[in-house]
Amino acid sequence: MSDADVPADGGGADVPADAGAGAGATGGGRARRRRGVTGTRAWVAAVFLLPALVLLGALVVYPIGFSVYRSLFDASGNGFVGLGNYGQMFSDDGIRTALRNNVVWVVVAPTVSTALGLIFAVLTERVRWGTAFKLVVFMPMAISMLAAGIIFRLVYDQDPQRGVANAVWVGVHDTFAAPAPFPGAKPRPNADLRPSGGGSFTTASVVRAGSPVKLPLVAVQPGDVRDAKQAVAAGPRPGLVTGTAWLDFTRGGGGRPNVIDPGERALAGLTVQAVRGGAVVASATTAADGTFALPAGKAVGARIRLPGADFAAAYNGVDWLGPALVTPAIIGSYVWMWAGFAMVLIAAGLAGVPRELLEAARVDGADEWQVFRRITVPLLAPVLVVVLVTLMINVLKIFDLVYIIAPGSSLRSANVLALQLFQSSFGTDVDEGLGSAIAVFLLLLVLPVMYVNLRRLRKERRR
Amino acid sequence: MTTVDGAVGAGGGAAGRRVAGRAVQRGGRGPLAGRLAARAGSGAVRVFLVLVALFWLMPSVGLLLSSLRSPAQIAESGWWQVFARPAQITFDNYGHLLSNGKVMGSLVTTAAITVPATVLVVVIGSLAGYAFAWMDFPGRDGWFMVVVGLLVVPVQVALIPVAKLFGAVGLFETTAGVVLFHTAFGLPFAVFLLRNFFAEIPRELLEAARLDGAGELRLFTRVVMPLGGPAIASLGIFQFLWVWNDMLIALIFADSGHPPITVALQQEVRQFGNNIDVLAPGAFLSMVVPLVVFFAFQRQFVSGVMAGAVK
Repeated sequence: MSDADVPADGGGADVPADAGAGAGATGGGRARRRRGVTGTRAWVAAVFLLPALVLLGALVVYPIGFSVYRSLFDASGNGFVGLGNYGQMFSDDGIRTALRNNVVWVVVAPTVSTALGLIFAVLTERVRWGTAFKLVVFMPMAISMLAAGIIFRLVYDQDPQRGVANAVWVGVHDTFAAPAPFPGAKPRPNADLRPSGGGSFTTASVVRAGSPVKLPLVAVQPGDVRDAKQAVAAGPRPGLVTGTAWLDFTRGGGGRPNVIDPGERALAGLTVQAVRGGAVVASATTAADGTFALPAGKAVGARIRLPGADFAAAYNGVDWLGPALVTPAIIGSYVWMWAGFAMVLIAAGLAGVPRELLEAARVDGADEWQVFRRITVPLLAPVLVVVLVTLMINVLKIFDLVYIIAPGSSLRSANVLALQLFQSSFGTDVDEGLGSAIAVFLLLLVLPVMYVNLRRLRKERRR
Repeated sequence: MTTVDGAVGAGGGAAGRRVAGRAVQRGGRGPLAGRLAARAGSGAVRVFLVLVALFWLMPSVGLLLSSLRSPAQIAESGWWQVFARPAQITFDNYGHLLSNGKVMGSLVTTAAITVPATVLVVVIGSLAGYAFAWMDFPGRDGWFMVVVGLLVVPVQVALIPVAKLFGAVGLFETTAGVVLFHTAFGLPFAVFLLRNFFAEIPRELLEAARLDGAGELRLFTRVVMPLGGPAIASLGIFQFLWVWNDMLIALIFADSGHPPITVALQQEVRQFGNNIDVLAPGAFLSMVVPLVVFFAFQRQFVSGVMAGAVK
């Protein structure tokens, strides 16, 4: 929230002219509103104004002129290039990315923040603890974009063990698509199992009645068998083909290959299929002791297959800060910071909406949605516009969040104008001409708001 | 707790609830069905708002809990594991940070930038605001228009020129330079806000003081400044938080050997991943002052924010 962000709306003090005039009527009459109290001499006024005007002149007004001038010269500052830097802004790939991202930012971030602010403001009016809610949502406004950036770097951490966004995402994903029980596991090399495409393994020999199938596996992640039971050799059972899947590895050594030694652990939850002529004819899941049973009628003469889904690598979530999603992800963190701002301003506007109007509509049979859509929103329109414009000006200059959240590898994809300006002026690709052109371009984009502010001020004066 | 609502809701909440309640009874449905529907509806609203609030809190809670775990635990599992194993909580990270001279020094630098930048904006802004509100001089309205026009000028436009200017006069990479930059860019809003507020002071008050023989300076310090208290407080809080939280200007203009906290932490972010035990408590430390100021002065902060945007 730069101080410079704020569209003047006659803000905080819309009354002065009238108040001054009202008081003045008793004193000096309306002709000269807000006359100096007792005809101050001009040099006194100059002394009061001097510090402000000197600082503004040297550090705000002069720089505007210098930037415009500097933007017409090349990187060295000696060669006049006219509007060349502006041309380069629209042809350079990196800057075009920045422009495109800025458009996305300016359209999406203010809209989403304002929409959420509106929803929150309307809904909090209906609960007693609305104030506490507002405090929670408004609080991020008080912290720095740097701190917010670090907070969201953590939220978006790729590793589902650390980043909460991916932890939730993977959790939801695995609820609908069960994760593989033993990612990365494979048969013991000299076992009867052979790779059969798609990560699956199939026995080389066919199943014979009364002889249990052995499925010895290795390379199981230690964490996946931490609580596993001792594996049990399946005995023959009438009418069924039985077998055991286990981790054929004895801790501390001494285990025999292809034999279920004491201490070797069962692999529960594996899908076991009987395959005949390429088609699955029966399927079972291994029990806690590693055993499984298939109907003999179907399985005898078939081969046993462990499908690839048993061993697929764990789903690792979304690459939030990868090139594709980095901008939406950072916009998410911005909305987290600024929805509270929109909410507070809209709530203030809402307090000014005449209750009788809403009630009259309800009496006339309008439901809550219609009241919201047809009355509340139109009455709030001026506030909504001010909030949107304020946020747009703010977003135009977005820098800190992008600089902090985007990892080095995605920085180019997340580029925005203010970041490019920083890089061009003080960072890696030094070209002050180009940097100045971007600065002037940003200034041009806010000129309409400046114009509206001044026109409103003049109108207030005339009133 | 009541201040956000007090400053903002102005009793709208209570009125809204009353109206909503009455409206339901008058609705087309039968009284019982209507009441049931209203209860279910407000139940849904409550559940929704609770979920949103938890969602909004989660990122900060994540940072806080991460800052309270050892580096090994941070590397191994998520902060939410703390709920299962509260014994993991340790203040070691903060201990290390507090004994780290560089971090503590950066907090001092931040304060050394923020306090003067806030005081200067308030003082210089008040002087100019008073002149614009109550003094008569040629071109007053024109000058004020210029100041209002500067409200929306992005800081970006001044970065290169001011860096050169400061370089020429020896202010580049100094605390004084950062303070001056923040003061200059805080001034348009300060002058705008204070001029409008001062102009509301009743003329009789100023004239009475004048008749008692008060000079312009005395009038300013004894009448205008005290009466302008609320606006000055809003402006001060606003500017304080803005400067404390700034990174961009400090990144360019601050002494890189003694950077403020935001820049010091930003340098750490480069190696994000293996230094969360430094970043998380550091970020929290940098948030302590703004959060205390925010909670202590919510009303002023909110009205400062609103002064900038809507009536």
